[in-house]
Amino acid sequence: MDGSGIIRGLLIPLKHFFVTYIDDLKWLGKKYFKPEGISLRSSAETRGIFTVQYPEEKLPVPEEFRFIPFLVYDEGQDGSRQIRCTACGICTKVCPPQCIWIERHNDAETGRPVSTPVSYTIDIDLCMNCGFCAEFCPFDAIRMDHDYELANTNRYEHDVLQLEELLKPASYYASIRPENYTREEVRKAEKLASKTIKTTEMDTANPN
Amino acid sequence: MNDPVDSFMNFDLISRYPGLVKKDQRTGYSGYIVEADCLVQFARAVRDELGFDYLSMITAADYYPDDLMDVIYLLYRTTGGPGILFKVQVSRLDSKVPSLSSIFAGAELQEREVWDMYGISFEDHPDLRRILLWDGFEGHPLRKDWKEPLFEEDSKPYKDRWPAGKHKRQEDLNPFKNNVSYPIGFEPEHFSSNNEKALYDALNKTSGNLNGSLKTDQIIVNLGPQHPSTHGVFRMAALLEGETIIDLKPVMGYLHRSHEKIGERNTFLQNMPYTDRLDYISSMSNNFGYALAVEKLMAVTPPERAEYIRVIMAELTRISSHIMTTGFLLNELGAMFTPSLYALEERELILDIFEEVSGSRMMCNYFRFGGVVRDISDSVIEKIRKLVFNRLPRKIDELDRYLTHNEIVRLRTEGVGVLTADEAAAYSAGGPLLRASGVPYDVRKAEPYSIYDRFKFDVAVRYHGDIYDRYLVRLDEMRQSIRIIQQAIHDIPSGPVMTGKSQYQPKVPAGEAYGRVEGPKGELGFYIVSDGKQNPRRYHVRAPSFINLTALSEMSKGEKVADVIAILGSIDIILGEVDR
Repeated sequence: MDGSGIIRGLLIPLKHFFVTYIDDLKWLGKKYFKPEGISLRSSAETRGIFTVQYPEEKLPVPEEFRFIPFLVYDEGQDGSRQIRCTACGICTKVCPPQCIWIERHNDAETGRPVSTPVSYTIDIDLCMNCGFCAEFCPFDAIRMDHDYELANTNRYEHDVLQLEELLKPASYYASIRPENYTREEVRKAEKLASKTIKTTEMDTANPN
Repeated sequence: MNDPVDSFMNFDLISRYPGLVKKDQRTGYSGYIVEADCLVQFARAVRDELGFDYLSMITAADYYPDDLMDVIYLLYRTTGGPGILFKVQVSRLDSKVPSLSSIFAGAELQEREVWDMYGISFEDHPDLRRILLWDGFEGHPLRKDWKEPLFEEDSKPYKDRWPAGKHKRQEDLNPFKNNVSYPIGFEPEHFSSNNEKALYDALNKTSGNLNGSLKTDQIIVNLGPQHPSTHGVFRMAALLEGETIIDLKPVMGYLHRSHEKIGERNTFLQNMPYTDRLDYISSMSNNFGYALAVEKLMAVTPPERAEYIRVIMAELTRISSHIMTTGFLLNELGAMFTPSLYALEERELILDIFEEVSGSRMMCNYFRFGGVVRDISDSVIEKIRKLVFNRLPRKIDELDRYLTHNEIVRLRTEGVGVLTADEAAAYSAGGPLLRASGVPYDVRKAEPYSIYDRFKFDVAVRYHGDIYDRYLVRLDEMRQSIRIIQQAIHDIPSGPVMTGKSQYQPKVPAGEAYGRVEGPKGELGFYIVSDGKQNPRRYHVRAPSFINLTALSEMSKGEKVADVIAILGSIDIILGEVDR
């Protein structure tokens, strides 16, 4: 108990102190406010200071990052919107805090349900960002967003999202989740192809 | 659960207590049903003659509309092996059970919780008060016929969400001041709590006559609920003589958010993201425990690759939790923020991995029944490899060099907050708290789950039972976790990560199951009762932080006030798990 343990221990913060400045000099100003500097500071190779100076610097989020859900629509050739959601209600059933409300209408003539939602509401004050709705949606219609800066001054006005606020184009989805998007498109194309093959086979088998 | 008594010993508990003990023969259930009259004798025989010296869990289950409640006891041996489960059946109208706190000191807080939640009174309990709810609360909320002021439905999914979903804000339906229900004749303005008096009366005022002939007044000091050292909202009522603690009582429940009640209304899958929020810095472990419990009921096993991924994630969680505890213990000792920030740096890197695989840094929600959500990519494996083969061992050694021989740390922690091996087991302490007292009990070795039997690792154990040893055990455990991940990264096979298709309403057969893992804080268990519907009938969390607090009073007696902060830090509680 002669204090040598303290002194030897304190060499470690001293080392950290010097390493920070030496590393800064080595990178000559490229370490801060540059994408390569930010990715360096969030990798296992980093030495010295870790801090990312939000909001001037922002860490890139990984593809699987999930925040509040949004609804995907496809853009038609003529600029029309095709909402993927069919109002099947699986997302409302799986949602743990039950923060999704879907209203579905029946066709006035046939009495059968219309396969687009009349209204779609997500109360994002309740949403716990678990991602179940996106995981279990059979139509790839609801996906988790990457936009995490949702602070506002009035939650009554901004935090109950309606259909119009939730809809985002498929191109946006492709931009935030390229790998997932490609995988789903490939799967859809395969499904379509096998369907066409089946129908042609059936056509050849039964020419009438 | 297979029966350890039948399979290992020729000891017939049933013929020994004729008519008083019988097998639980309901489908899907196991263990014994004991008459309340012979519970104490039975428990003593099981402890002294069969060697089940570790009371893991006490809880209850309500079988409304039948007039039946089960009080469930689960005991293990600290030498390992499967446990013994027994139940006492009581009427819902007049529910009394003898207390086991004279045999197992660790029963105290758990019996109080059962009283609070179910209204089952434990005779001869030393201090039977509400624990998680306030004393003006009406009713016992985990009884199935209890309903809150804004009651929607008994089980999710709620019918008004689809197909005619009209959104209404909960606070409009149930405005402030109407969102509590009071007993008839109760005046909130004039209510004076007698809980405070009961709490202070419960403190043991027998002085050890510490100061010789000098007469010292005893005073009661409340540390918390709002206190930076308590890691949340937690209160300790300490009886002091001078600066020495004579007795101490933990007061909790300020963060109670009806986790179990919510869990019994959720579907099985919906509980998964809620478990993240128990011990919110080790969500992967929580997912693991819950997935194991439900998988036992569903009788599914995850594919090989998923098992490896699970182990890697659980061990990374352990490292991140332990490194943070180690850093923040130094905060408690007065080394403000330098060690804890070094610890947080490494945790950041681990959280980056979690974010990449699961989509969230802390609320991972990564496990499913029969696997995990998605496969991990080669780039993630490469990242983990870099961490466990290079950076983390280096950084743990650095933390070790920085702190272990520091004289101030040693003076403050050696010989402080001592818990002997016998006490630790009797108080049902778990995790590093138990192992630092010289009991080498680790669920990963005692009853290996998942694929832990394939890895070479040692159970970290130390023998002094003080704060310093708890710190050392955590350092050792991090190194062992790194060893496990290194082996897992080396052996991980390719293949699917999910057995069958992930379903949003999985079929869970009726019965009971207890799944437990060695979480960073200790044995984390989930007791589930299913009656074949889509919601669990009973969902209980054996929260290690909560049960470890039973020993806090014993550890603090005779110590100085300033040391209590360090002792609390060394238990490593997370209030999200304590209060649930």
